[in-house]
Amino acid sequence: MSQSIAPPIETTAAQRGVRLKVTDLEVRLGESGPDVVSEVSFAVQAGEVLGLVGESGSGKSTVALALLGHARRGLRITSGQVLLDGADLLAMSPDALRAARGARVSYVPQDPSSALNPTLRVGTQLREALQVHAGAVENPRDRVAEVMREVYLDATPEMLRRYPHQLSGGQQQRIALAMAFACRPSLIVLDEPTTGLDVSTQRHVLDTVRGMCRAYGVAAVYVSHDLAVVSGLVSDVAVMYAGRIVEIGRTARLFREPVHPYTRGLIGAVPSPDRAEVLTGIDGQQPRPGRRGAGCSFAARCGYAISDCTTEAPEPVVIAGRSVRCLRAWDIQATHPERPAVASCPPASTEAPTLSVRGVSASYGTTSVLFDVGLDVPPRACVAVVGESGSGKTTLARCAAGLHSNWTGEITFQGTALARAARQRGKDVLQRVQYIFQNPYTSLNPRKTVGQIVDQQLKQFGDLSFRERSARVVQVLEDVSLGRDFLSRYPDQLSGGERQRVAIARALVVEPDLLICDEVTSSLDVSVQAIIVELLRRIQEERQLAMIFITHNLALVRSIAQSAVVLCDGAVAESGSVEQILSRPAPPSTGRLMEDVPKLAGLARPGSGATAAGGRLSEP
Amino acid sequence: MAVNAPAAPAPARAQEIGGIRRHQWASVLWAAARTPRGAIGLGLASSVVLLAVIGPFVAPYASDALLTLTFAKPSGQFLLGSDFLGRDVLSRLLDGGWVLLIMAACATALGIAGGAAAGISAAYLRGRSDGIIMRAVDVILAFPQLVFALLLLSLLGPKLWLITIAVGFSHAPQVARVLRSATLDISERDFVKAAELQGMRPAKVMTKEILPNLVSPLMVEAGLRLTYSIVIIAGLAFLGFGQPPPAANWGLMINENRIGLPLNPWAVIVPAVLIALLTIGTNTFTDAFARVAIGVDRRPEEAALIEDLGQEVGE
Repeated sequence: MSQSIAPPIETTAAQRGVRLKVTDLEVRLGESGPDVVSEVSFAVQAGEVLGLVGESGSGKSTVALALLGHARRGLRITSGQVLLDGADLLAMSPDALRAARGARVSYVPQDPSSALNPTLRVGTQLREALQVHAGAVENPRDRVAEVMREVYLDATPEMLRRYPHQLSGGQQQRIALAMAFACRPSLIVLDEPTTGLDVSTQRHVLDTVRGMCRAYGVAAVYVSHDLAVVSGLVSDVAVMYAGRIVEIGRTARLFREPVHPYTRGLIGAVPSPDRAEVLTGIDGQQPRPGRRGAGCSFAARCGYAISDCTTEAPEPVVIAGRSVRCLRAWDIQATHPERPAVASCPPASTEAPTLSVRGVSASYGTTSVLFDVGLDVPPRACVAVVGESGSGKTTLARCAAGLHSNWTGEITFQGTALARAARQRGKDVLQRVQYIFQNPYTSLNPRKTVGQIVDQQLKQFGDLSFRERSARVVQVLEDVSLGRDFLSRYPDQLSGGERQRVAIARALVVEPDLLICDEVTSSLDVSVQAIIVELLRRIQEERQLAMIFITHNLALVRSIAQSAVVLCDGAVAESGSVEQILSRPAPPSTGRLMEDVPKLAGLARPGSGATAAGGRLSEP
Repeated sequence: MAVNAPAAPAPARAQEIGGIRRHQWASVLWAAARTPRGAIGLGLASSVVLLAVIGPFVAPYASDALLTLTFAKPSGQFLLGSDFLGRDVLSRLLDGGWVLLIMAACATALGIAGGAAAGISAAYLRGRSDGIIMRAVDVILAFPQLVFALLLLSLLGPKLWLITIAVGFSHAPQVARVLRSATLDISERDFVKAAELQGMRPAKVMTKEILPNLVSPLMVEAGLRLTYSIVIIAGLAFLGFGQPPPAANWGLMINENRIGLPLNPWAVIVPAVLIALLTIGTNTFTDAFARVAIGVDRRPEEAALIEDLGQEVGE
């Protein structure tokens, strides 16, 4: 084979040895700005996958891009080494780096629909990747067919002639994977490649990645905020916080016995599908670059912090088979916190339901999305509506709230039938049924203060004096654990979790009887998700609210709801108490939903779920 | 602990809820004025405006006094020479700007108000209203702006208020188009739906929820339309639709004195240059404002991402 720009890659069987070695990587903001990422060191063996996890803003994506010698605009890689098969990518000339990218190190982005060129056929795009690195592959056509097979897509001419928009999200992501594997690189960097996919597709993509890495001895770095996904896929995991790796070690052990308080916090926030537990999130916010202070960055949010933590920056120590950056690692390792179980749910009430949905069918234009759906929400109870994306769960919520008016059937609230659209409903009904939107980044008017946003709700639904209104606003903000100093803040000064609390406060301030929560945690970090779910659960209990909790995450259901309805392709697949649905074998749809939910390896029952699946490739 | 708190917290004061009034557009204007492009634009435009405003008070002679020979060359007595009737060009220049500026400002305000109302309601109300408003806009757009104004004026006579209204009216369709697309984006966001779920009336949703988010496109449009207003109103004056002859007016001066171009070119060049400087100035500043505003008005998710990186400190 020709010894061209890139060394030949002939690895067809797993090779042993270190493929990627990163030492003291540091990325700064601007020329002399604060560090965004620093002291990052790790190594990845051939055929293994390293998971890089942390909340958003922890610097994991910045590290991922640095592995390709790239820094986002405004950032600069200031020091460190990225040794790939012994050659330092950061020391390469721009030409050599360009030759290496795509051929020796490749990248799979988060959103395949924007990463693929919408005007090129997928076959053309796949060949393009091979043509750029002329000489890397002898016969591009055969290689395209080969990688398509490997990602379980048919390499038929029709398939290759399709445009990206003619493929589903999962297929698009497989094309992106095929592109990344096309040149048989030594390293693949995957930046949350399954975030936009539903659980079943996600699992197939994960299986593909795992199998390909084993088969070709590729080292992979997998960035994710989803611990459950990572736990089933990767061999080692690095937990990042505020630009540093706080804990790194073998996956199974690290998840089973986490040492760093941050890792413990993250794991405590992951809902368990097996037991109804109170979720414990991590309160507070990660310090931004330049505001990280002298000591441990996590000290402000840490339950174990002592005074030394705020002054002395912890150095990594090796303990229980992993490296931890914590001053109190030895003390903490000995403790084993357990999550308390959620108090047993109240017995099913025989009262008339607060909300009753009967025979509802809905459509967008001529496309029907809901077929004859029925459900009851008893007073003071929380009903979860679960389903994959596209199952119609959000449409159901929007019909009930009056945001979607193209439906037939009957929805009755406290005994009276609801009008189709919100504007046909009386003020009284609008006040009693409150809706919390999925995305807190768009549900708050960026030109209004938190005070104005919550106050406006009161103004619309009553004629209280300013004094009475403001007392209620302050009270409700305290109920959602935001102090009065949030009154004068604007939404862009808040984190995602804080915004969602404001949205919850806005709904609660008018004292509704029914709360509809539409995937309220899906755009939040898992640590924040836990806090929001726990907040909603507490409020629902204290205020005796009826609640509909829409989610795609079956595991979350146990922590909040007493009964659940599983939607599949717009129809009710199963309904009943949460206990029934989650514990007994169920119709295929629920079974699939349940099976594909990634479980945290350390917490899952031994031998069950994702860990056992191992490297086996399963084809849908 | 939460609902039945033993001691209810003290109610908030008005200023706490209102926050520190953040006139975001004012800070963007200030930021734009500090960029090189913005400083140049603002400098050019404001020097011409200053000249037009204080001009009438410092003019050496009355603008309609016949003082010397026609098309006299510049001299110590008459710094820019005289025009076709022997009037002082400098005095007429100093006197002839403010009417143009006031008319341009009023026409712009009218055009923006009318166009914004049409564009926002078309985008927010959708359906039939959208169809009717936007087809009406298309009809008006089919006429070139200047021809449209001329048509109105030749039908109703050249009155200053009519010119202002005609020019303002001819701006409205373009403004409506721009604001319609901006509103389409905003009205898809959930906070608008949240307002609807509060039973808020459409008019209130548009003014209280949507309008505050359109300040940047509105300001950019206003700057652009001001530039066009100046050009069209000066052009109409050149064509004889403006103040009647004895009055001093930059557009009219260019027309009156062009026959004497070889004799005293300053009588034509200086008013032309003033109009040019004014339009270049407003346009440049608008451009600077738009550039700054784009940086500020990034979609919230992007802004949050950038904030995560702490990129707000650099730029």
